[in-house]
Amino acid sequence: MAGSIPLIIEKYESRDKGNLIQILQEIQRAEGYIPGEALDSISKHLWISRSEIFGVASFYSQFKFNPPGRHSIKMCLGTACHVQGGDFLLNALNSEIGISPNETTEDGRFDLERVACLGCCALAPVLMIDEVIYSNMSVIKLKETLTKYE
Amino acid sequence: MNELLSLRNRALEEWNQLEHTSEPVIYIGMGSCGIASGADRIWKRASEIIQQENIQARLLKVGCIGPCYLEPLVDIRKPGHPRVCFNNVDEKRLDKLIPDYLLNGKSKMKPLGHLGEPGTALDGVKSFWEQAMLDKQERIVLRNCGIIDPENIFHYLARDGFKGMQKAFELGAEGVIEELKLAGLRGRGGAGFPTHRKWQLCRESNGTTRYLICNADEGDPGAFMNRSLMEGDPFALLEGMIIAAFAIGASLGYIYIRAEYPLAIQRLRKAIEALHKNQLLGTDILGSGFTFTIQIKEGAGAFVCGEETALIASIEGRRGMPRSRPPYPAASGLHGCPTNINNVETLATVPSILREGSGKFASIGTEQSKGTKTFALVGKIRRTGLIEIPMGTSLREIIHDIGGGSRKEFKAVQTGGPSGGCLSGEFLDLPVDYESLAKAGSIMGSGGLIIMDEDTCMVDVAKYFLKFTSQESCGKCTPCRIGTRQMVVLLEKITSGEAELDDIRKLEEIAETVQLGSLCGLGQTAPNPVLTTLKYFREEYEEHVEMKRCRAAVCRDLVEYSVIKEKCTGCQRCVEVCPTGAITGPRSEPHFLDLEKCIKCRACYEICRFDAIAGDAIVIE
Repeated sequence: MAGSIPLIIEKYESRDKGNLIQILQEIQRAEGYIPGEALDSISKHLWISRSEIFGVASFYSQFKFNPPGRHSIKMCLGTACHVQGGDFLLNALNSEIGISPNETTEDGRFDLERVACLGCCALAPVLMIDEVIYSNMSVIKLKETLTKYE
Repeated sequence: MNELLSLRNRALEEWNQLEHTSEPVIYIGMGSCGIASGADRIWKRASEIIQQENIQARLLKVGCIGPCYLEPLVDIRKPGHPRVCFNNVDEKRLDKLIPDYLLNGKSKMKPLGHLGEPGTALDGVKSFWEQAMLDKQERIVLRNCGIIDPENIFHYLARDGFKGMQKAFELGAEGVIEELKLAGLRGRGGAGFPTHRKWQLCRESNGTTRYLICNADEGDPGAFMNRSLMEGDPFALLEGMIIAAFAIGASLGYIYIRAEYPLAIQRLRKAIEALHKNQLLGTDILGSGFTFTIQIKEGAGAFVCGEETALIASIEGRRGMPRSRPPYPAASGLHGCPTNINNVETLATVPSILREGSGKFASIGTEQSKGTKTFALVGKIRRTGLIEIPMGTSLREIIHDIGGGSRKEFKAVQTGGPSGGCLSGEFLDLPVDYESLAKAGSIMGSGGLIIMDEDTCMVDVAKYFLKFTSQESCGKCTPCRIGTRQMVVLLEKITSGEAELDDIRKLEEIAETVQLGSLCGLGQTAPNPVLTTLKYFREEYEEHVEMKRCRAAVCRDLVEYSVIKEKCTGCQRCVEVCPTGAITGPRSEPHFLDLEKCIKCRACYEICRFDAIAGDAIVIE
């Protein structure tokens, strides 16, 4: 099992269900996703069933169950980004690197997620690669931007 | 309260030093939006420049001052001069600007305005606040945004910070609630419930433990008012929370904030730490006998958690699903205890009301809607950004005077996010207040204002919002879970040109059912975008159905790309970018576009500088 998981879980009081989301968030921060074995460990620690944990985790869009790519693309599809042509960018991503939202490229280079709003509506359309937000994007700019990531 | 006095004196000293400094200060707008436009690169470059040129200057991070379209913004204060603001600064411009302005006295770059006394001119530079975008605004809740260092508690204190809290302690809990009643403050999250009544109900509920929750789960796509506020002036929110907790008698407060706002979370954590350090949070705050602490809970990406009962479920570590009310959270909320939930802006407005008095607040706005409201002005408009206006300002003033109008012909304004509606041009003179917007079929909402022009397809907009709400529906109640899904199916049929006129009737029928039958606000308001577009833009629906035409050329299935031979210069740029090889033709001769191969990706349209290739709406027969 990934080494960080027991350490994270142990920090939280046993049987306190209220910390479930926080534990999941911390595991995802450390591992990049929620590995299946994490559910077992949390279940034993908090005394709640694996299915209930999965029920909570799958309810929230933040949690991923597949290992992420080397770079994570978050395509903003908030209203302003939509009105300014965000959908074209999503299609362009599909034709350039061949993935749809919630998928990872076969070579593990990128994973893609669509998010409702990054809060930079005045600079729409925007997308975020790792921690960098790219603003006023166009299909052409996007193609150039992708080449910067290996 | 002597501690507060000495803190304030220290703060004033620090602030005055900054205002009358002998060394220049460079302020850089570092909100998320500023950073997205490159403010962090500007920051790095600025530190390099002052080192290289051996300039003794201070660099300071400030929040977002509002006009996002002018980002990155850099203010420079020379000794003996007010702060002067420069817009759209990039690294190259900065290389010239700093030495020119600070060493040679004058810069070639035209300043946007100075932040000194409004109404005065300085070397021909007008006041920043007199620009068209800012002139009609009134800044109460945003008064510190972009002005102070959001990570420095002394900046906040120097600008009358915690005077509201001090007043609250003097008035006592009942007095605070009375003051809010006189001010007429209503919830800024969208529904507009009177804040004083919410507080009173929670205060009067039976129970030994009470909770205060700040709803910072700003989920509406297209809205970022709360993010900017928390990033630019986190202390205002925290002071508001202390006052609210004092009034209702809570000793623990939560801020439920979206994980998508990392910078706001970081600034709030720092601010909470600073408050603890200075005895403004924790046990026995400033010897008042009142004890209060604040915890941050990060949301995990679920729009429905903006609904108060779903939000509580999420804080308790469960799936964020709403339950039916009553009991309202004021009677039975978090862990079954009386709980008061307010929006960020509501809480951040409270300190100003107590400090300046309810009368001043109540003098702004309309009969039913008092004070000011922040809006995120975005979409097809010239001047985008964060604004704060007195309630009752007309949409026309917001769109034309503040926003500078849209570049192409104005079509609609969308308020209230996925719960709101699209209003057509005939509503431009509508005053922005809770009642007027509701009467027109939309809602005030949390404050997203999205402007749409002739290039926006209203059916597509309705489809966009319904797709959003159907994905975000928690699935608990049937009308919302199935109804929103079926509306998406019908809207997809319409936008792909496969619908019949009867489908529009079906759409209307389902919309009304979902509105009536849903459990929580998400479902009850989800049909609003469909109902308002059907009401004000019905002809666009009918065009899609009857003529298979999308007049805005947005709906992909109803448009074809073609090359206008007379305009094509044969530059080959489109040939290079086309991913499917659909465009062919020798250099300098008009190109040919093979519709069989075209995937409508828009790359050619964007690259074509001469508009030779355009997404022209063509009928599919």
